[in-house]
Amino acid sequence: MLLQTAASVAGHTSVLSGTIAEWMWLLPVLPLVGFVINGLLSLNSAHFGPRDPNTPGHHPHSEGAAEAPAISHAEEAGAAGDDHHAVKRHRWAGVTSIVGPGVLILSFVLAAMIWWQMVQAHPAAPFIQRYFSWMPVGDLQIDAAFQLDQLSMVMILVITGVGALIHIFSIGYMRDDPGYPRFFAYLNLFVFFMLVLVMGANYPVVFVGWEGVGLCSYLLIGFWFNDKANADAGKKAFVVNRIGDVGFLIAMFMLFANIGALDFVTVNARAIELGAGSALVTTICLFFFLGCTGKSAQIPLYIWLPDAMAGPTPVSALIHAATMVTAGVYLIARSAALFSLSPIASLTVAVVGAVTAIFAATIGLKQWDIKKVLAYSTISQLGYMFVGVGVGAYVSGMFHLVTHAFFKALLFLGSGSVIHAMHAAYHHTGSHEDAQDMRNMGGLKRYLPVTCALMWIATLAISGIPPFAGFFSKDEVLGSVFARAQGSTLASASWLGIPGNALLYAIYAIGLAAAFITAVYMTRMMLYTFHGPVRTGVEEEKHLHEAPLSMTGPLAILGILTVLGGWLNLPEVLTDLVPIGPSESLAKWLDPVVGSATRQVAGTATHVTASTEEMLIGAAVIIAVAGIVLAFARLKPETLTPKREAVPEHGFERIVAEKYYVDEGVEKGIVRPVYAVSRGFLWRLIDNGLIDGFFVNGSAALARGFGWVGSRIQTGNVGIYAWVFIAGVLAMLGAFTLR
Amino acid sequence: MLAESLALTAALFIIGVVGVLVHRNAIIIFMCVELMLTAVNLTFVAFSRYYGAAGQVFVVFVMTVSAAEAAVGLAIIIGIFRHRQTVDLKDINLLRG
Repeated sequence: MLLQTAASVAGHTSVLSGTIAEWMWLLPVLPLVGFVINGLLSLNSAHFGPRDPNTPGHHPHSEGAAEAPAISHAEEAGAAGDDHHAVKRHRWAGVTSIVGPGVLILSFVLAAMIWWQMVQAHPAAPFIQRYFSWMPVGDLQIDAAFQLDQLSMVMILVITGVGALIHIFSIGYMRDDPGYPRFFAYLNLFVFFMLVLVMGANYPVVFVGWEGVGLCSYLLIGFWFNDKANADAGKKAFVVNRIGDVGFLIAMFMLFANIGALDFVTVNARAIELGAGSALVTTICLFFFLGCTGKSAQIPLYIWLPDAMAGPTPVSALIHAATMVTAGVYLIARSAALFSLSPIASLTVAVVGAVTAIFAATIGLKQWDIKKVLAYSTISQLGYMFVGVGVGAYVSGMFHLVTHAFFKALLFLGSGSVIHAMHAAYHHTGSHEDAQDMRNMGGLKRYLPVTCALMWIATLAISGIPPFAGFFSKDEVLGSVFARAQGSTLASASWLGIPGNALLYAIYAIGLAAAFITAVYMTRMMLYTFHGPVRTGVEEEKHLHEAPLSMTGPLAILGILTVLGGWLNLPEVLTDLVPIGPSESLAKWLDPVVGSATRQVAGTATHVTASTEEMLIGAAVIIAVAGIVLAFARLKPETLTPKREAVPEHGFERIVAEKYYVDEGVEKGIVRPVYAVSRGFLWRLIDNGLIDGFFVNGSAALARGFGWVGSRIQTGNVGIYAWVFIAGVLAMLGAFTLR
Repeated sequence: MLAESLALTAALFIIGVVGVLVHRNAIIIFMCVELMLTAVNLTFVAFSRYYGAAGQVFVVFVMTVSAAEAAVGLAIIIGIFRHRQTVDLKDINLLRG
């Protein structure tokens, strides 16, 4: 194959050359093939998307009038809920069910094989494959190249592994949707771009993946685009992300202007030339971080993620929880060499992460939509990851990224299973109740025992209860914040006049508080969803049922991962106490990539004493248990009323329930002024007045004027023509004579 | 000898030009154009005395073409007259812009 021959030219120095790792180009290509196949199937089909309820008989993609009544009935029943079940399955659904998840499973198997090769080879340098020269412009030499190192391997395994599980789940969840192949086409395309993002060997290739996943996110949020709210949510995500992308671009420009290269190897080697702690490296890092706030939904650009829940639930699990939104964390870990040089930028990352963590957590306390709770929870947990990479503990950030991918995917897919059951129940009775509102749920553990048990595991994990994955990763993030408050470069720096060590202690305290709130809102969600009386409705209750095996299977695997995920990086203090496994495996694994940057930031603050660490762990566990106990003690699912009878909150509770009115503030403070300026100034004055009035119509008037003058000369009188003619001849003769 | 000949032809040509410019009757203008052609023919003949017979050959060409042109031109003038009962150029200005 062409790619293969091109690939074998490069990478001759790595220990991985000549091994299975040479096939790494196949990792993204497999999902791309899946995209092409599913995309063609979706084009070939009669159903392009959800049908437009306004034109039941005249839909351009309608297969025929015969099925119209059945579909319109389904539309009617599905309008209130998350997914729009049409009665008729797509005719190629069977092929899609094999191809869509199949390519992901193949990709994951290949990734696992390459991972095993890497475990044995221990490559110290990244394994780079150059395919072709992409942008050779003067000094700017950008290759289309992939690189494989320990960091990208972690991401690849998460993306293909969790991705494959979510694809399998989607078979059950989306099977009855008329846009089934289109859904898998987008999902496959997303995985392709995500793999490009994490495998890119230079910033521009990463940026291609970065934009590509943004596109797929947009397509999938607006998957049911007939509902304007869904289309608007997609648009919002796209626009908000563009703001961050400008930051990414500017950072790349500055990097090229000052280093002259954009590939990671060169940048990492020459980052020190920018000057440790210089304003330049801080600016570059902050612009990169602006991109991260957009993609990873941090303050101030987090506002798109809650709206993104308009997409199908597997999309929320894959894109808006497990993979795409963690791209910002990956980017910072990837740019660790830059961030470690700038304590101010690093502290900014940590502060924004901590503030986002607690801010989003409080909003999560008062949400009723089960997916909105999880959305704010995701924002909050992403905040933790940024705290981790912000304080220079890149391993802890990545660790939390991986465990979060497990338990948050589990939570989202579990909520998908709940919504699936709720929706089917409402579908049976033709009710228009909200299938995602927790006030309409309650007592579901009787009908969804598997989902309930697995979601409880994930809840305990996210709350930070040992021995689940979230406990280890969250504890490591908080522990490294605490450790770096003394002796690190961050502690001695000052951020906006605040001394670094005080700031780090404050971040630690905020992190603990956010952990407490996390435990509360997650327990609240579980209590209201699965416990207490059933509020779904007497008739609907009979139709509640557990999800099929294709959905509970992935849930169970994610449950196992959620339980065992902590073993990736057991703290030394624990393995010294009880030898349950190797300690710090992930830290050792990632050491070739982020080790030196971590040590650069940490300085002398490598470790706190064992007793302090035990105390920190104890505090974190007590906080988490306290949160759960508080939620159990204070929340009474028995007294909760269904949504249609609910009374609105008052006072501060209302402010929280309304998400601190941030969306309204953005609407009033940014969107409306932009509209006003666009209408009043740009449209009326500049476009209508200057462009249309002066340039367009003006040039037309000028031409018409010249034409009028010219037409006056054309009298039609031959005598005058002759006079002019003679005059011209004489003038020319005269000119020749006098020359 | 040449100078006199050229002076004569120049005078004839100018008479033709002035005739074209000042007259409004299409027939007279047409005749003046013929006069200009004749003046040019005379010039050719005059030069041919000094530069070989090529000038006389040209005269034959010019007379042939002018005969054809005269036929076409007169036909047009007759056509115009049939339509408008006049050959006064003042009244013929269909091409006015």
